[in-house]
Amino acid sequence: MLKSISRRLVASLALLIVVPTVTFFVQAIKPLNVARSVLGLDATKAQVAAFNNHLGLEHGVIIRYFDWLGNAVHGNLGVSYTTGQSVTQILSPRVSVTLSLIIGALLVFTIVGSLLGILSASGGRVTSKFVNFVSTIGIAIPNFWLAVILVTLFAVTVKILPATGYVPFNHDPGAWFTSLILPVVALSFGGITAVAKQTRDQMLLALDSPYTRSLRANGVSEFSLVYKHALRNAAGPVITLFGIIFVGALSGSVVVENIFVLPGLGSQALQSALQGDVPVVQGVAVYFTVIVVVVNVIIDIANTALNPRTRS
Amino acid sequence: MSGRLRLVREYMRRPLGVAAGAFLILVAIAVCLAKWIAPYGPEAEDLKHTLALPSGQHLLGTDRLGRDILSRLLWGGQVTLLGLLEALFAAVLVGVLFGLLAGYFGRSTDNVISRISDLVMAMPAIVVLLMIYSITNNSSSAGMITLGILSVPSILRVTRTAARAVREEVFVAASQVMGMSRARIIVRHVLPNIWGPIIINAAVLAASILGVQGGLNFLDLGLTPPNPSWGSMVSEGQQVLSQQSWLIIPSGVTLALVIMALMLVADALRDTTASNRSRQAQPVRKQVRERSIEQMRSPAPTAPPDPDAVLSVRGLSVAFSDLQVVRDVSFDVFEGHTLGIVGESGCGKTVAMSGVLGSLGRNAEVRGAIVFEGTDLNGATKRERLRTRGKGVAYISQDPMVALDPMFTVASQLGELVGRHDGSKGAEKKKRVLELLSQVGLPSPESVAKRFPHQLSGGMAQRVSIACALSGRPRVLIADEPTTALDVTIQGDILGLLRSLQEQENMAVVLITHDLGVVADICDRVAVMYAGEIVEMADVETIFAAPGHPYTRALIGANPIMAERGELLKAIPGTVVAPAAWPVGCHFAARCTFRVPACEVPVPLVGVTDATGHEARCVRAEELLNESQSEGQPA
Repeated sequence: MLKSISRRLVASLALLIVVPTVTFFVQAIKPLNVARSVLGLDATKAQVAAFNNHLGLEHGVIIRYFDWLGNAVHGNLGVSYTTGQSVTQILSPRVSVTLSLIIGALLVFTIVGSLLGILSASGGRVTSKFVNFVSTIGIAIPNFWLAVILVTLFAVTVKILPATGYVPFNHDPGAWFTSLILPVVALSFGGITAVAKQTRDQMLLALDSPYTRSLRANGVSEFSLVYKHALRNAAGPVITLFGIIFVGALSGSVVVENIFVLPGLGSQALQSALQGDVPVVQGVAVYFTVIVVVVNVIIDIANTALNPRTRS
Repeated sequence: MSGRLRLVREYMRRPLGVAAGAFLILVAIAVCLAKWIAPYGPEAEDLKHTLALPSGQHLLGTDRLGRDILSRLLWGGQVTLLGLLEALFAAVLVGVLFGLLAGYFGRSTDNVISRISDLVMAMPAIVVLLMIYSITNNSSSAGMITLGILSVPSILRVTRTAARAVREEVFVAASQVMGMSRARIIVRHVLPNIWGPIIINAAVLAASILGVQGGLNFLDLGLTPPNPSWGSMVSEGQQVLSQQSWLIIPSGVTLALVIMALMLVADALRDTTASNRSRQAQPVRKQVRERSIEQMRSPAPTAPPDPDAVLSVRGLSVAFSDLQVVRDVSFDVFEGHTLGIVGESGCGKTVAMSGVLGSLGRNAEVRGAIVFEGTDLNGATKRERLRTRGKGVAYISQDPMVALDPMFTVASQLGELVGRHDGSKGAEKKKRVLELLSQVGLPSPESVAKRFPHQLSGGMAQRVSIACALSGRPRVLIADEPTTALDVTIQGDILGLLRSLQEQENMAVVLITHDLGVVADICDRVAVMYAGEIVEMADVETIFAAPGHPYTRALIGANPIMAERGELLKAIPGTVVAPAAWPVGCHFAARCTFRVPACEVPVPLVGVTDATGHEARCVRAEELLNESQSEGQPA
């Protein structure tokens, strides 16, 4: 068990190197005239040179990459081109916002999606048709549009929930919770249907297997076949899917944070990208990758622990 | 060509798929023709009519600059669909290329490509996209191609799987042997055989790309103002939400409908290829099908159930969505006796017994009487039926390695059954589990109980399966080829175990097998099945000494044990006729060397001699019996 987890851990750590490296070299493809865009067009040559010297921009890309990497290993992700603040200083207070949002979404799509899937696998034809129909709609509605609709509905028509904004947990837990409801719904919607579909397909596969036939013929009840045996066998593939949906939800968080005006990593990433503030975008890449790696490792451990073949 | 035509025809049978496909084509055409059919230019402002609701002049209303929404949707569709094509092209090109390499070459190529693919899949795409947009001055194409590259894994994986499957096919191996170059094999043989799943996945991918692209455009990423796209129109609508909320509807709905249509097309394609595959395997002609339904409806002449039998089956027939696969099966099993059911693969032995067990699922229609201890199980409520499962009638399946739930230990599965049957718990339940495991001859029950199915050998797994079947102390045990999947050395042990258990518990056993040696070894009575029917039924001695049906004779003749040294093994020419092609008359007629014109009409199962309850479904049975008696030996 330890061996297989450690192997996966190495693969996950590779991601931690690869993503920032990819983003670093992507931005290096076309050197931006950062100095000009930050200092303005009427800056003197001396000013530009001083700016470049200060940020180490006059060096070649390889040197800059290893500089960056060396600093990053020590927790220094550089400074913002536009504000001069350290990247970690800008991003750290925003981590909790993004985490609240995506962990909320993870919980919702896991719980609601699995329940819908189980319902569809165990229910009659009408139930499964209905769940199928809802899934198709769920996949079809893009999260940003759903977010806009939710904002419209709650900001303009029914004003029971705050349409935008964020309240930190330690200020007011209740308000924190309500400020997250709509963003979480918007972000988890697509994931719910994907999880429901996977749960249903995997459970039906298990219910159609030889061991189900044997167990049924020898007296195991339908209830146990569905809720114990099929569910347990479906768990692995469904959990594996969580990882993929989660990565998608991370991308979606950028959109959702902007619509609901949440001060998270995603909204900062967008703002910085539009300003050409490369170090901050690069910093978000690192934060996002760390989150993905942690989630992947948790999923791997869960999967390894759930599967008797890898457990022993 | 005809195969492709059949696919098209099959697709046309799915109204949702057809409607969705037609909608997509219509949208694509309208968007392409925007220049000619759009009532206004994308930037034509009409400041007198700003934020107007739909009217005759502006079918979908206007935005805050008075620009016509419908026209902007058509023009914006060009940006949206072009971006989609760029992303899709990149994803399919790279995905198919590397998928083919990984699937066809396998080994280290596959290993490297799959690792990279996993890595790409776990990447948060948005950060790479943000970088791309920030260095390319918000270039739509750059963003979309990047999105395509980041979506490569979904196409790559399906291509790889499909290519792997095709590589194993005989014709690919043959081409290799004939010296065709690898590139040629891939282009000529592999690619044409794998496009189905690739297209289906491309449609699903297109739907997801549209959603992501809409979100990016909504954030002004990959957009060159003032050109609209569907995503950016939602954002324009959002900016004027407080004045007019209608504006988020047309673009959002269009996007959602196109995405939904893509998903529906993918679903329909998936169903089409799936049904095409099953159709090829089983050519169903309509007339034949109708005839077999008719046959099924006519009541079979049957005797009343035998009150002395533990299990008495009368006129059992099974049909799957109007295709009959088992017909008029009747038999009795008695305490301490074993009934063997023999026949080639595909004769309906397993389906008939699954019908008896009631484990065929919803789309099977089971008719006839299955009388267990005086109750007809076929007419019984679910509850009554459940009560007999395991306790009355138990079951051992063919392949022990898949007959146990891989996720639970032996103790857990067997314990669940014991708990259900005995209502016992804790130590008492554990005691019974260990008792059962030692009863089936497992040397160290304690250690076996703790194991998971994958930690058992085939023989051990079959013993555990038998223990599961015994947990309810059944009166009838149905064993479906219990030794076929096992090592020859273990087969004898398992049969011996079954026989001794039968003596201990005085059970009635129904043994499905195609091994006549096994039949001779442990059966009392034998039912021979051919193409869904019992063609002969007799005591075991009679079956071997005086077979009345040509099929039984042929089966015995084809047994290697009966063959003379130095002679060719006798085989029955032809194959079992598929249920869809059953003739009206004798099912065996086409392969029978004794065929006469009388075989063309339905043949009943009738007694051939008056003594031992010997029945055969053959018009010439008596004649054949007399003949072989005078020869002194079966043919």
